[in-house]
Amino acid sequence: MAETLAVPVRSGRADRRRRLWRRFRRRPMPMAGLVLVAAFLLLALAGPLVTGDPSAQDYAATLAPPSGAHPLGTDDLGRDALARIAHGAQVSLQAGVLSTLLAMVIGIPIGLVAGFYRRWLDPVVMRLVDVTLAFPFLVFAVGLAAIIGPSLKGVVLALGFSQLPAIIRITRGEVLAIREMDYVAAAIADGAGDRHILFRYVLPNCANPLIVQATVAIPAAIIGESTLSFLGLGVQPPTPSWGVMLTTAQQYLDVAPWLAIWPGVMIALATLGFNLLGDGLRDVLDPRSGR
Amino acid sequence: MVWFILRRCGSAVIVLFVASVLIFLGVRALPGDPAVVMAGEEASPAVVEAIRHEFGLDKPLPAQYVDYVAQTLSGNLGRSTQDQIPVADILAERLPVTLELSALAMLVAIVVGVGSGIVASVRRGKLADYVATGFGLAGLSVPHFWLGLLGILLFAVTLRWLPASGYVPFTEDPGQNLQRMLLPALVLGTGFAAILMRQTRSAMLGALSADYVRTARSKGLAEAKVVGAHALRNSLTTVVTVLGLQLGALISGAVVTEQIFVIPGFGKLTVDAVLTRNYPVIQAVVLVTVIGYVVVNLLVDIAYAYLNPRIRLSGGGHG
Repeated sequence: MAETLAVPVRSGRADRRRRLWRRFRRRPMPMAGLVLVAAFLLLALAGPLVTGDPSAQDYAATLAPPSGAHPLGTDDLGRDALARIAHGAQVSLQAGVLSTLLAMVIGIPIGLVAGFYRRWLDPVVMRLVDVTLAFPFLVFAVGLAAIIGPSLKGVVLALGFSQLPAIIRITRGEVLAIREMDYVAAAIADGAGDRHILFRYVLPNCANPLIVQATVAIPAAIIGESTLSFLGLGVQPPTPSWGVMLTTAQQYLDVAPWLAIWPGVMIALATLGFNLLGDGLRDVLDPRSGR
Repeated sequence: MVWFILRRCGSAVIVLFVASVLIFLGVRALPGDPAVVMAGEEASPAVVEAIRHEFGLDKPLPAQYVDYVAQTLSGNLGRSTQDQIPVADILAERLPVTLELSALAMLVAIVVGVGSGIVASVRRGKLADYVATGFGLAGLSVPHFWLGLLGILLFAVTLRWLPASGYVPFTEDPGQNLQRMLLPALVLGTGFAAILMRQTRSAMLGALSADYVRTARSKGLAEAKVVGAHALRNSLTTVVTVLGLQLGALISGAVVTEQIFVIPGFGKLTVDAVLTRNYPVIQAVVLVTVIGYVVVNLLVDIAYAYLNPRIRLSGGGHG
């Protein structure tokens, strides 16, 4: 029964996806976002292969202005700023994706179970979510940096944890709406087990707002990582992070101002790309949320 | 309304309780035995044991927690491990600096953000709207600390209009104080102005197309009055909520801004404490942040209920 039904459902989905893509493609801002995000991914994944060693020191050219050999100049240790930008993109991408994944892997099951079973679990979870929301992100980060020492691991944990309440809330809210749907009632009448209903019907229908949330969480994490690293609470030198690069730049602002430009431009462009993409996806995938 | 406030206070107390337990346990989770640290590496086990007993570290955890709360409530937050100054004194010195910075930044954010949000919504689809919306998107995407660096680069290094960093207490020289706070407040305020602008614009667009605005217009009310008294008043709930939700970001932003401009406030204290592993200070800083956050959120909830009677009558929280 389920098998024969699955075929038309799936082709309907493919149709729908093509229709959504057509709607998305026509609009300039989300497309610009998509291009920026693609460029960021390309820089993070392929850039380091092209630009060479980010730690190679050229003592003959420390704090050198942009030139043919070093298109973006060099820092105080004579390291190539372009190579460090490319490797920094990798660190940003790791922080953004890993922290968002962490929040989703923990948050989605909690939201599913709380929203689906309600009873005593739901109020307990939502109270905990309220408490977690009451903690400023930096407090987590500071606490974690104090306990496990400043590192990328601490950054990912702090960022992931701070995204958790939003993921739980969104998933739970969706589940509450979906469990009242006719197709869920039909599945229950058909004798489907809880697990089948959760994974076959409820979870796939939560996907859209969660995808949109990911486009909010990733840029927030990129800014969060660079901010923590800039403060010395995140990724530690000599690992090239855009935040760490700006810490160096601040020390040499009057002699090597070019060092302060590109890492910031990269952060802004990557973040802008995800924000534009997210705005576009929200209009297409999740039109109800009016944010 | 009284019932609503009491319930909100109750949940604030619960949040504070959970937070204090977490902070207490977090400090206990730190590597190293505090008794050994205080006694020094060379101390004999008997000395370590005596210190452990003196500070109540040999008691069971719940008893230690009660001690910790009692000490904190009596204003004893311990001493900084760097210079042995009582942590409470350090906080009393640092907090006003950050409060000044945050208040100035909020002023910038409200004036620029709400102002441009109103203009963008009234002139929807016109040039002013595109400029404001573009500014909003850019403000969301640029990290505070980079904006701070660019500000220093432009106004201090290149134009030499403003000092790059440093702090003069307001009580010593108000003029110098404000001159040095100007750039940090602009930098910190810009990000929030962007968020406020976006929220004000969408709330105002919603309000301007509502029936009561059409009614107000059709009874011949002046356009300024329609926008100001009707649409704006009903958009204020959104603005207040956003302000409350952004408080955590404001605290984080203040930390960063103080670090860039070398302002000896609460935020710089936080970063320095972590970098020097000054645990009594870290503990106090986290506690104060959480208390501030909970108190302001409580005030926001109450302001929200005041502005929107539906909330206080149904007794619920935000959406």
